[in-house]
Amino acid sequence: MKKFWHATVDAFQTFLKVPGTVALKGAHLRDAIDLKRIMIIAVIAVGPAALFGMWNVGYQHNLALGDGRLQILANFWQGFLQVLPLYVVAYAVGLAIEFFSAGLRNEEVNEGYLMSGMLIPMIVPVDVPLWMLAVAVAFAVIFGKEVFGGTGMNIWNPALLTRAFLFFSYPTEMSGSDCWIHLKEGETLVDGFTGATPLALGDSAAHYSTSVWSYIIGTIPGSVGETSVIAILLGAFILIWTGVASWKIMTGSVLGALFVGGLANLFGVGIPCWEQLLLGGFAFGTVFMATDPVTSAQTETGKWIYGILIGALCITVRLFNPGYAEGMMLAILLGNTFAPVIDHCVVSVHINRKNKKALAL
Amino acid sequence: MSKTIVLKKGLDIPVAGAAELRLSKTVSPDIVAVQPGGFKGFSPRLLVKEGDRVLCGSPVLADKANPAILVVSPVSGTVKEIVRGEKRKLLAVLVQADGKREQAKGPGAQKPAELDAAQVKEHILASGLWPFIVQRPYGILADPAVTPKAVFVSTFSSAPLAADTEFTLGDRCGDIQAGIDALAKIAPVHIGLKSDESAFAKLQNAEKHIFKGKHPAGNVGVQIAAVSPILKGDTVWTLPLFALAAIGKSFLKGEYDVRRKVAVAGPAAIEPAYVEMLPGTPLSALAAFYGGNAEGLRIVSGDLLSGVTAGAEGYLGTAHDTVSIIKEGTEPELFGWAKPIRWGQFSTDHGYFSWLTPWRKYDMDTNLHGGPRAFVMNDAYYAKVLPMDIYPIYLLKACLAGDIEKMEKFGIYEVLPEDLALCEYIDPSKNYIQEIIAKGIDLMLKEMA
Repeated sequence: MKKFWHATVDAFQTFLKVPGTVALKGAHLRDAIDLKRIMIIAVIAVGPAALFGMWNVGYQHNLALGDGRLQILANFWQGFLQVLPLYVVAYAVGLAIEFFSAGLRNEEVNEGYLMSGMLIPMIVPVDVPLWMLAVAVAFAVIFGKEVFGGTGMNIWNPALLTRAFLFFSYPTEMSGSDCWIHLKEGETLVDGFTGATPLALGDSAAHYSTSVWSYIIGTIPGSVGETSVIAILLGAFILIWTGVASWKIMTGSVLGALFVGGLANLFGVGIPCWEQLLLGGFAFGTVFMATDPVTSAQTETGKWIYGILIGALCITVRLFNPGYAEGMMLAILLGNTFAPVIDHCVVSVHINRKNKKALAL
Repeated sequence: MSKTIVLKKGLDIPVAGAAELRLSKTVSPDIVAVQPGGFKGFSPRLLVKEGDRVLCGSPVLADKANPAILVVSPVSGTVKEIVRGEKRKLLAVLVQADGKREQAKGPGAQKPAELDAAQVKEHILASGLWPFIVQRPYGILADPAVTPKAVFVSTFSSAPLAADTEFTLGDRCGDIQAGIDALAKIAPVHIGLKSDESAFAKLQNAEKHIFKGKHPAGNVGVQIAAVSPILKGDTVWTLPLFALAAIGKSFLKGEYDVRRKVAVAGPAAIEPAYVEMLPGTPLSALAAFYGGNAEGLRIVSGDLLSGVTAGAEGYLGTAHDTVSIIKEGTEPELFGWAKPIRWGQFSTDHGYFSWLTPWRKYDMDTNLHGGPRAFVMNDAYYAKVLPMDIYPIYLLKACLAGDIEKMEKFGIYEVLPEDLALCEYIDPSKNYIQEIIAKGIDLMLKEMA
């Protein structure tokens, strides 16, 4: 029992201070970097998108009621109060399971969930019932991660699994035009209002005062963190500069999306391919979810293939799935599934070529 | 003509405490330890007993599997004590030196030009210098019955604070040349040079390659991989440069002489400099470099990446020419990883800001800077410090899984733990990567036997 609690106690202690443990074997020097630092950088990178997302929750709410003023602080506060419970539930449920399983395995608690917990509230509709979120988080962490052996061993991105669980179990809460904007019962909407996302509306004539600029800035309905391309690009810059995420995956994903979107445009299908990049969860998924170092491709060539595959799949799903407008979640989960195969092929080809070259010497 | 090979991957760790290029003293110890532990795969049979008189070059230990392979005494004197550890494992034979350096009757001086391969091997075996030859794959004691594909010698070490061979051996090109001439009878000799201007660039009878790049460009394993990777069934021999000089001297003068200039360095070393000493010299002879009190310090025989913790009561390792002194990092650091700027710490990762001050040297200690985790970062994160054509994480996971077939496929033949030492250094998951490789190699040896 004492051993079991050790993981929890240790996690809090090492959170406050780097312990005085020394390298017992091997290299006598160790780099100052550790997973806590890497994860906190990733969390900070999500920051701009999260802050903007909270403001946008308030803004969209008031907009629906007919008040379109920017009101930076008021809107943010309103959104913050709405998103905070999502964070509390996501972290409390996820971390509790993490601590519990670390105690069972007698290992130290891995920091991976700090990032997952940061992402989950960003990719769900703001009005999702908290109990659903709790069930989904528990499912994703237990069956998506802990059964494989914890962070580093998982095949799928736990945050996306949470969303997939919600999506398939409670589809009515997760799509359509009612879930993306926080509304209380009894509030009167302005005339002609639709809460559908621009992506869902597609090229129909129902666009309401949305322009490309509003896609880029992010003043559109959608999941909490996904709307602002500018905020996401800020995060992308931090991730790429610190090397936490791969620019190859991000570029590959953009190229794949442009390719399929462009091809469709040639046949007169879909919205302009570059608009695909700005709408829905594409940018958020490309930057924060597809690049997860554990579930993405490992090899450099593999990262290109993996990125292109995700971009292409996302747009393909968007174009050909009549039931649901978004394809990023499924594209990334499929990408995760195929990542080991992609790596296997890349590594095999490489080793065969290397052996041939060496034999020729 | 020498070919230049540029290695783009790697890392020079900016640790403070490089040894000044001057010889501060010569240590002539009273007691010298003859240690079998430095030679992987050598299983010692004792040839002497306490009280026996030995000379410089007298056999002290023989290999059980191949009795022609001898480990000899580097001094003349009397056997004082035989030190055994758990299960009576032989750790060292302590020889009380008489200070006369009397030479045993070894193989005598011989001209390599007049010998054939078998006679060269015989000479090296009889001289007691054979165990310095390392056989790859696996980095084991060389088998005299084998004819290797090639012999590789790196003329420089790129490890942090390692001895500068230009200073320690630059004046022994004659010996080294004789060593090359001898080994060239067995197999083609390749030498890895740091630059055109190196003192060793004028050596003959060997294929010369210039390696430009950061650590581990000086590792012989990396050099072999760049010139001619080891495939299944290949055998390659390597030896440290000072051993090549010793072999040369044995051929030229018939003497067993393994004295060497050793860099005593490290962030905790006082006035780091070079000391001339013998392998097996007690490290307490270096007390002046750590102020007499080794408490809270780690004294390492070898470099800071792959040396062995010896302690003040330990001895200089048989194949080491560096002693590193470093503080034990047992102090917890409040808010360490959470501080935006951690001024005293170095990291290659852009998650910290040490890239802004590339000129700084750091007073490093042995702190792990984190706790053990599963591998989270992907292969490319580690590959950036490994200038070899292998996928480090794939190899490591194959070793962890004990999957022989995959280990072969991912390059276990090409590496020794030291080649992946930098991967261990940068690992944010704080795994003992060198140990994983070492265990993988042990498994290969067991399965292939």
